[in-house]
Formats: sequence, C-alpha cells, structure tokens
Amino acid sequence: MFGFIARRIGVLLVILFGSSYLLYNLQALSGDPLADFKTSRDPEVESQIKATIEQLRLDVPAPLRYFIWLRGVLGIFIGQPDFGKVRTGEPVGEILLDAIPVTIRLVFGATIIAILLGITIGVVTALRQYSRFDYSMTFVAFLMFSLPIFWVAVLLKEFMAIQFNNFLSEPNIPTGWIMGISGFIALFFGAILGRSRRTFWIGFFSAGAFTALLLAVIDARGWILEPGIGPIFFAIMSLLIAFGVTQISMGVGHKPSLFASLSVAVVGSISYFPMQALFKRESQLPVLLGGLVVAFVVAGIATFIFARIDRGPVYRTASITAFIIGIIMIVDKLMQTWGPYVSSGEVQYRPVPTIGERNPLIETTDFWVALLDTLLHMFLPTVALTLIGFAGYVRYTRGTLLDVLNQDYIRTARAKGLNERTVIMRHAFRNTMIPIVTLLVVDFASVVGGALITENVFAWRGMGTLFRQAIGTFDLNLLMGIFFVTATLALVANLVADLLYSALDPRVRVGSGKS
Amino acid sequence: MSEESKQSSSGADMQSDIFSKETEGLSQAQIVRKRFFQHKAAMTSLFVLLGIVFFVFSAQSIALGPVKYPGWWKYDYEQISDLRIAECEGGVVGCPSLDVFPSFIDGTPMQIGEHPFGQDDIGRDYFAMVMRGAQRSLLVMVIIGTLGAALGTVIGAIAGFFRGWVDAVLMRFTDFIITVPTIVLGSVIGYHFGNLGAVFLAFFLGIFAWTGISRLVRGEFLKLRELEFVDAARVAGASTRRIIFKHILPNAVGVIIVSATLLMSGAILLETGLSYLGFGVVPPDVSLGLLISNYQDAFTVRPWLFWWPGLFIIAVALCVNFIGDGLRDAFDPRQRRGMSRKDKASLASGESK
Repeated sequence: MFGFIARRIGVLLVILFGSSYLLYNLQALSGDPLADFKTSRDPEVESQIKATIEQLRLDVPAPLRYFIWLRGVLGIFIGQPDFGKVRTGEPVGEILLDAIPVTIRLVFGATIIAILLGITIGVVTALRQYSRFDYSMTFVAFLMFSLPIFWVAVLLKEFMAIQFNNFLSEPNIPTGWIMGISGFIALFFGAILGRSRRTFWIGFFSAGAFTALLLAVIDARGWILEPGIGPIFFAIMSLLIAFGVTQISMGVGHKPSLFASLSVAVVGSISYFPMQALFKRESQLPVLLGGLVVAFVVAGIATFIFARIDRGPVYRTASITAFIIGIIMIVDKLMQTWGPYVSSGEVQYRPVPTIGERNPLIETTDFWVALLDTLLHMFLPTVALTLIGFAGYVRYTRGTLLDVLNQDYIRTARAKGLNERTVIMRHAFRNTMIPIVTLLVVDFASVVGGALITENVFAWRGMGTLFRQAIGTFDLNLLMGIFFVTATLALVANLVADLLYSALDPRVRVGSGKS
Repeated sequence: MSEESKQSSSGADMQSDIFSKETEGLSQAQIVRKRFFQHKAAMTSLFVLLGIVFFVFSAQSIALGPVKYPGWWKYDYEQISDLRIAECEGGVVGCPSLDVFPSFIDGTPMQIGEHPFGQDDIGRDYFAMVMRGAQRSLLVMVIIGTLGAALGTVIGAIAGFFRGWVDAVLMRFTDFIITVPTIVLGSVIGYHFGNLGAVFLAFFLGIFAWTGISRLVRGEFLKLRELEFVDAARVAGASTRRIIFKHILPNAVGVIIVSATLLMSGAILLETGLSYLGFGVVPPDVSLGLLISNYQDAFTVRPWLFWWPGLFIIAVALCVNFIGDGLRDAFDPRQRRGMSRKDKASLASGESK
C-alpha cells in the first residue's frame, strides 16, 4: 500500500508539472499584459512599461519564464515558497492565504449539508420508489439541478434576505403562514412515514400539529427576537436524539446501544450548566475542542459500561448522539447571542446580508458574535449552493441504492430473517456509499469551480474573485498561484478517492500489480 | 386515498402483465424503446423539449452556409424599435404585452401583442433576444454533451476493462485534465475563443468535459469485470470485444446515460455561467446566461428581463433530466423486476388494510 501511495504521488507531481507548464504558456500566449499601456497617453508611459517588464520578467520568453516561477514555488520544500507578485506588487502567497479560507468556508458548509440532506432524501426516495413522495422529490431534485446559481441567488436575495429583514422589524407570523408551513411539513412527513394509509395519517397529523404548535408558541413568546432552547428543552431534545439515533442505527430494542446513548444524553444535559460558564471565557477554541474530546470519551465510557460484545456499533451510536447534542448546545449559545446581535447598532434588525463575507462595521473580540456574523453571511450562499448541490446526491443515492436492493445478497439477508433496518442500513446502505464516496471526493476537488460564480454573485473576496481578476488583467503569477492551490486539492482528492474505493470495496484491487 | 390504491393495484397488474409479455420475441433495443415510451414523465419531457427546440429555432433566422432561413418572428434580436410605454404600470417602459389570461379573469383580453416578452432598456425586442439566446444555449448543450459523453465512455471503458498500465496512463491523463476545474478551463477557453462563436466555444469545452463520465464508467467497469457473469462469458470463450460490448457495456449504460444527461444539463448551466462571468458568448450575440447576467440588477424594476431567460434555461434543463431518467429506467434490465415486486408489496399492504 505504501509503495502504491508513493508511486501515485510521484506521478501526481509529474502531472502537476505538465499541466502547469501547459496553462502557463497558454495564458502567456493569450494576451499582452502591456496592452493597457499601448493606449495610454501618460507621458511617463515608457518608464512604466520598463518597470512592468522588469517586475514581471517579460524580457524572458514564457516557456523559460515558467522555470523562474517554478524555482520560486519549489522553495516550498525549504520552507520559503515564492509565488511571485501580483501586478499591483503584493506577494501572491499572502493574497492566496487570505482568499483560501474564504472559499473553503463558502464551499465546505454547503457541501456537507448537501451531502447529508441529499443522501437522506435519496435513501427515502429509493425505499419509497414510485410513490408520490418519490415523484415529487424527483421533480424537486431535477428542478434544483436545472437552476443557474446566479438566478437562484437573485431570488434568494430578494425573498430570503430583503423580505425576511423587513419581516424582522415586525416579527409576527401570520396565521395563514403557520397553517401553510404546517401543512407542508405534515405532507412531507406523512409521505416519508406513509407505508400504508394509517401510518400516512399518523405522520401527517403528528408532524402538522407539532409544527403548528411550535410556530404558535414561537410567535406568542416573541421567540424570533429572543430565541434560546433552555435547559429543560435541551434535556428533552437530548433524550429524543438518543432514541432517534439508536432507532436508526441499531433499533431501540438493542439495549446496550439504547442505554449507552441515553446515558450520553443525560451527561450532556447535566453539562449544559457548566458549559454556559465555559462559553463566557475569553478564548473559545480550547473549550470547543475540549468539549468534543470529552463528548467522545463519555461515549466511550458509556459503551464500555453497557456493552460486553459488539462494542464498535454501540460506540458509533453513542458518539453520534454525543456529537449531535454538542452541536445543539452550540446552536443554543448562538441563539442567545442572536438577540443582542440583531438589535445592535451595526445590524439594526437587518441580520441577513446579501453581500460580503462579514460585517465590516462590527469590531468585536467576542467569539460568539463574530461566529454568528460569519454564519449569517454564509447563510444565503450556503442555501444557494446546497439547493443546487443536493439534487445530484439525491439522484445518485437513489439510483445506486435501487441497484443494490435488487442484488442477490440483499435477498439472502432478508431470507436469513434479518429485520428491514439491518438489511437497509448494514447490507444495502454501506454498499451504496462506495460509488457515492468517489463522487463526493471529486466534488470537493471542484471547490473553486463551484465557488467561482457564487463568490461573484455574493461579492465574497475568495479565490473565485481572484481568478476572475487574474484572467481579466493577464496576471500570470496570480493565475498560477490559484492553479497551484486548486490542482493540488484536486489531485489529493483523487488520490483519496482511489484509496477509499479500494478500502471500501474489497473487489477492487488497487496497486495489486507490484506492491 | 382509496382511489390511489386502486390506481396502484391496476398499475401493478399492468406492470406484471407487461413484464411477463414484454421480453417475448423482442430485441434488447425494442425492449428499451418500449419501456421508454411507457415512461410518462420522460415522454412528456421529450415532446416539450422537441417543441421548445422547434419553436426556438424557427423563430429567429438561421444561416447554414449560403442557405438562410428568415424566421417567423417579425423582429430581429439586434433590431431596435420604439419603447412601448402604454399600459405599463408604475411608469416603467418596455413591459411585456403577453397576456395569457382571458378577459373574464383579469379584465384584459388574451393577446400576444407587439412585444410579448417586453423590451430591454434600449428597445430591442426581448422575445427575439430570448429565442436567439436559447438557440445558442441549446447548440452548446448538445455539442458539449455528445462530445463529452462519447469521449468519456471510450476512455473510461478502456481504462476500466484493461486495467494495468493502460488504466494508469489513461487515468493520469484524466487527472491531468481534472486538475483544472471545468469552469476555470472554460473561462480561459471562453476568454480566448468566445469571439469565434458559440459553436467553437462548445467544441473546445466538450473536449475537456469528459473527465467525470470517464471516471464513473471506469469505476463501473472495474466493478462489473469482477462479477461472475463476465467470468462465465470468458470461460465460454467470448472475445474481449464481445465481453466489453455485449456483457459489460449494457450493464454500465445506465450510468453512462444518466451522467450524459447530467452533463448536458450541466453544459447549459456551464455556458450560462461562463456568459455570466463574461467568458462565454460575447455581445452582440446573445445567450440565456448573458441575458440574465446583463439584467440581474433589473429585477426590482423590470423583472421580465430576468424571468424569461431563466425560465427557458430551467425548462430545457428539466426536460433533459427527465428524459435521462426515463432512459435510465428503460436501459436497466433489473429495474422492472424490482418495481413489480415493490408494487406487489404495496398492493398487499393496501389490501390488508
């Protein structure tokens, strides 16, 4: 395996070299960086041209100039990479270091949500094949797939930002809206749960009544401006999550799993109070990381106590429960921050921004305000990217799972008398994940591609914006810098995809030839 | 609800009837065709798409060498006419004259009018511009989709079947192309070849669009070639060529078709995205993406400049996706069996109630 990885990395470096050489010369051939000066009437134009030639080393022909650039980049091995300078004089390396986190932030969240949502809905549509739910989800997925992102962006800006902000200045939910939203949620859950008429109506009424009640309470208590979960609801939610996760992974009949996740939920609920104090500390990173470690350790201890055999799946159940409870705790803290944030002078009850990656007016050292501000700025781009991205996962998951469900080993599993959940989750779903992992990794590789348009629409200063600037001004150093980042990402992603593929599917023999 | 169960029961009967009859004395192609024709959503989409294509291409003039077809719409996409002021609300000029509701609903009679989709800010007829834009976008879509799918299938199939050094070389070559994200490559290409016209742009984009499909097809081939039926065919003495085309490819064709249609709908979005960034089709020619890009800030004042091109993009992409879905179901030899079993199961649970 090690030999395989080493060989692959060697080949990847050769590929990187080839494609960067190609791109460099392609771009150098395509335009004249001095074009602006040709039409200039500035009397100093001669000296300006000379300075630019010297700065960009235009006296060296492009096929050779590439090696000057390459020598700078290879400095990465001695810890001093030099990507050259952009035309305005700043070093490319620094500009990229500012832009990369912006792009990653933009794409990462959206991809994660799209994957979770897409795979979940994909599995449900496959299990309810040719039902009304399947048909409507297919339609929705195809519709999302057909939307140009900048078109969605304009609509989102209008309806989810401007009109939502207007709504916030007078936050009363009209009764018609409550009924409409509840009806929609009721239909959705009715269709998911509805195997027969009875389960459909059970799902329909319980989901609808729950949503309507929730919205009415939210409306009556003025929750929108002063949200928060509170310790009691937090404890209730934790227990429900423990039940839910156990039901999906092992079934509530499996006592060790149930007890392990329930005890994790109890510990989580108790830790609500000390965490509130910890959240007020100056530096939050150690608190969050420490909390994560503690959560997994608690899950481990619970597993150790309650399970004698088969500890792997039990630990997985408990740790997923712990993780979700942790996320909810963070959400609760953000909700507490929401009220002061929205009413602050810089925001003035218009919290959903349409452009930018953060509010330049807010100068705070408070971790939670900064986080909330960042999240709100991520909101619209993430919704746009998720809407468009999740459709692919829905279709792909559905198709693959349907293929798998028709395999003989699924029939064997059913014939053994395993219950449906075990057949779906353990036998079918795992094999469904094999091709999806490949898709997923390649998707991550096209990070910049996906962000390019989105960044332009929402005026984020990430790599997409830089790229557009680089093409427009014939800025070779900047373009190559961006290329270096995206190409490295893409190659690493492909390597990971290959390795995962061979790890997940024993039938695929990667690198079995020599190593 | 009872109506639904009745429908599904008759549907299941029909399906199982078809299943028992459908393979009798029919070739593979005939079975696929028959199944595709039964897929309602796909057939509807096919007709809608054909309708759109015919409508769009006949509306504006097309020149094929010396032959020039004038187009039935009275305005040309570059022609500037007087701005229509009358009947507009709020003092905006150039609003659409199309009215699809008869007079007893909204008080004004149904009409097409002088400028059904309205006019842009300098008075060009927006219907003509959208038609021209849709022509360009459709052309780009077909070229990229066909070229990408064909190249991707060939490369992926060869790599996946032969493995070893062939696979290594081909996949490294694919990595070579993948290293540059499509839209980045498209931007560089579009920036330099955009002014050569939409066809050239599409051709160059298509040459680089096969990477995703080739990886999927390779993965599928890697998986299928290890299965027992391939071993059986090999033991029975089938040639490599026969194994690839008769045994593996029909099993992989679902993946190919689905990704080809996704590529096509992706291609129309790629073109609109590139035009949006200014690296695609260049003015004075128009494409749907260019139209949206030009008028995105007009949404609050002249929303029709924003809605029409978007609706055409969505309609075309949606139809292509549904057709792909129908083809996938039609090609998949295992699909029908699973469906009738599912339907029987739902029928049984419906009866027990």
